[in-house]
Amino acid sequence: MQKKVACSFPDEVLEHVFSFIQSDKDRNAVSMVCKSWYEIERWCRRKIFIGNCYAVSPRMVIRRFPKVRSIELKGKPHFADFNLVPDGWGGYVLPWIAEMAGAYPWLEEIRLKRMVVTDECLELIAKSFKNFKVLVLFSCEGFSTDGLAAIAASCMNLRELDLRDSDVDDLGGHWLSHFPETYTSLVSLNSSCLGSDEVSLSALERLVGRCTNLRTLRLNRAVPLDKIANILGRAPQLVDFGTGTYGADLQSDVFSSLAGAFSSCKELRSLSGFWDVVPAYLPAIYPVCSRLTSLNLSYVTIQSPDLVKLLRHCPSLQRLLVLDYIEDSGLEALSSSCKELQELRVFPSDPFGEEPNVSLTEQGLVSVCLACPKLQSVLYFCRRMSNVALVTIAQNCPNLTRFRLCIIEPRTADFLTLEPLDVGFGAIVEHCKDLRRLSLSGLLTDRVFEYIGRYAKKLEMLSVAFAGESDLGLHHVLSGCESLRKLEIRDCPFGDKALLANAAKLETMRSLWMSSCAVSFGACKLLGQKMPRLNVEVIDESGPPDSRPDSCPVDKLYIYRSVAGPRFDMPPFVWTMEEDSALQLNTIGNPIGSEWEHNMKGIQGLRAQMPFVLYLAELSNTSQW
Amino acid sequence: MEVGLKMGFEETELRLGLPGGGDGGEVVRKRGFSETVDLKLKLSSKQGSSGIDPNEEKMTGLTKEKNLLLSATDPAKPPAKAQVVGWPPVRSFRKNILATATQKSSSDESGGEKAAFVKVSMDGAPYLRKVDLRMYTSYHQLSDALAKMFSSFTIGNCGSQGVKDFMNESKLMDLLNSSDYVPTYEDKDGDWMLVGDVPWEMFVESCKRLRIMKGTEAIGLAPKAVEKCKKRG
Repeated sequence: MQKKVACSFPDEVLEHVFSFIQSDKDRNAVSMVCKSWYEIERWCRRKIFIGNCYAVSPRMVIRRFPKVRSIELKGKPHFADFNLVPDGWGGYVLPWIAEMAGAYPWLEEIRLKRMVVTDECLELIAKSFKNFKVLVLFSCEGFSTDGLAAIAASCMNLRELDLRDSDVDDLGGHWLSHFPETYTSLVSLNSSCLGSDEVSLSALERLVGRCTNLRTLRLNRAVPLDKIANILGRAPQLVDFGTGTYGADLQSDVFSSLAGAFSSCKELRSLSGFWDVVPAYLPAIYPVCSRLTSLNLSYVTIQSPDLVKLLRHCPSLQRLLVLDYIEDSGLEALSSSCKELQELRVFPSDPFGEEPNVSLTEQGLVSVCLACPKLQSVLYFCRRMSNVALVTIAQNCPNLTRFRLCIIEPRTADFLTLEPLDVGFGAIVEHCKDLRRLSLSGLLTDRVFEYIGRYAKKLEMLSVAFAGESDLGLHHVLSGCESLRKLEIRDCPFGDKALLANAAKLETMRSLWMSSCAVSFGACKLLGQKMPRLNVEVIDESGPPDSRPDSCPVDKLYIYRSVAGPRFDMPPFVWTMEEDSALQLNTIGNPIGSEWEHNMKGIQGLRAQMPFVLYLAELSNTSQW
Repeated sequence: MEVGLKMGFEETELRLGLPGGGDGGEVVRKRGFSETVDLKLKLSSKQGSSGIDPNEEKMTGLTKEKNLLLSATDPAKPPAKAQVVGWPPVRSFRKNILATATQKSSSDESGGEKAAFVKVSMDGAPYLRKVDLRMYTSYHQLSDALAKMFSSFTIGNCGSQGVKDFMNESKLMDLLNSSDYVPTYEDKDGDWMLVGDVPWEMFVESCKRLRIMKGTEAIGLAPKAVEKCKKRG
């Protein structure tokens, strides 16, 4: 009956209906209804999200979706942010760009996260996509400002260039002058991560002046404070502004033109930057503070009283990033001034110091949670915590969706009772029913994982460090967390049992990272053999893992599901556990013989014969990975 | 058994040479591999820590080395005094910015350890690495870490004989002429120096980036290193 309905509409009508369906999940569902819907849908899908660039190959994506205009790719595992993933691991975007250059000449948007992007890639983008509009390089690396110059020179329709947190080889600010004088389409520019002292101020000012649609401008540290007024004067329509250096000798004329420039920015809602702040210049932003919804003060190294003075002017604030200089007293003040607060991130000013350098404890977080009813997202670094505090937070903030707590010293117990913090985190997962992301710290036993497995049904991402006592902990998480997509674990005593017992679970997740745990090489091999749709990669810089007994633990392990098979761009310190690896490597403890070979062939045969429907499911699921 | 494996591996590791004395105006002199620990001792004793038996230090120096190698895979025990990699989970760009901020503000001395990330390149290797020099407290620790990172490239390229020759003044030029690897760094003045010619702390303060060069390329640096040592001494 469904078939009849489908045939009675011309394809164009269906396509038009589908164009109202934007979310990947809905699109995937649509594509599964029947073969003709699958066909129609795949020809009109314009936007692709690939959460793990190795889960699928460029060719497979292009084959299925021939008319894509926007692509988002993620590369390295999250722990790469903290130097746990050695350089050269992978995440190269060049193969993607190269294939798309031919297949998607009308590609408009590329968004990349934690990928290696070279100047060659940028030049290829500039050359290949005539209508290119959006380039977002989030925490990427491998390119220089020469590559940016190529983009600036060629992409006439560029609207957005966002280099958020990327590691760029900044050869000086001349790349900005590569935007032609006729170019006026810029809407968003974020070059705040550029590290050179040189910047071409005149090119910047001219660019800002002629791009009348500019809404977001985040400058880098090289732009001095006395230039801000001039820049803002040319772009009073800005919604999101990031200063460069915000410090200089106090001069009243500089101050007044700065204050004047800020007051004419009636649309300004977000401020960031503020390197090298001189507190006397902060009042210049007071004219815009009442309308501010987002404030990033995470580079502002001023003391709590000055921070509080500023924050009292910001009653509409929804998002605040700040250093722990704010202290408990400052957070208390924040909680009374900023009732609209939804997101709070408190970073450590001295993460490696032995002793606390500021008076910031669990009390600060508790006071915000008690007084800000809309709080949803927390990232908090501190040096002590208690179960009582966590329970209070959980009970008063049931709407938390993201909770990341980092108690700086590993395995720190409840400072009041000296007990583990199991009960506290247990309360978080029990009360915050919509919790999607959780990072644990402090002294934790297997019990906390029991709570997580039991209650955290919507949890999608879990980060664990220096916690747990046995495989039971890992088992609770893998068997209980139904929505789990990403799990990253370091320095925990989790071994083979839980991993092997829950192998099937791994195919329902995007990825699993385990480093400095107790997973043996033999278990990795077994997993690689038994699970053909998982890539099991062992990262070990001290030499080939098969030069040691199978029972030896591996240094780092990264497992992810993939329909593309093992990747071939691995550096020498990454080994993939393939299906037939047992036959090649040392055979200590491994059953060898005709029965094994028979099993191997069975697995491989299955893969070759994978039913068409299952194959469709694989490909359609890539978008939500 | 495991130690045996590691010992064999050690022989092929990249080792940092410690030419030139630094303060005493000492130039590159004849020195065996085991005596590199001696040199470290001499430098630190000049900086004030006294009363250490050189022989004992030699032993413990080598044992510490082994412990570092072994404890690298022991999850429960972070290396003594050095930091745990990637903990607390703070992004590099946040670490470095705070470092410069605290330097500018009040005089908090040795208490806070600020990160000192430098890029490490090796001639012939296809990609760069980054290390945080604050993670280490001696040239030995750094040497171990670098060896691990680049082991896949250096195995067989830098035998222990090569290292001994490096210590030996008369054979230094021979070594630099060969294809063995030599660690060098760019200092604050923009000069390229041989690693090891200044006290460790001074090195950490002044090192901007590291480059593990082929010996043949480093040949021009030896005289410069000697010059700078003489100036400092």
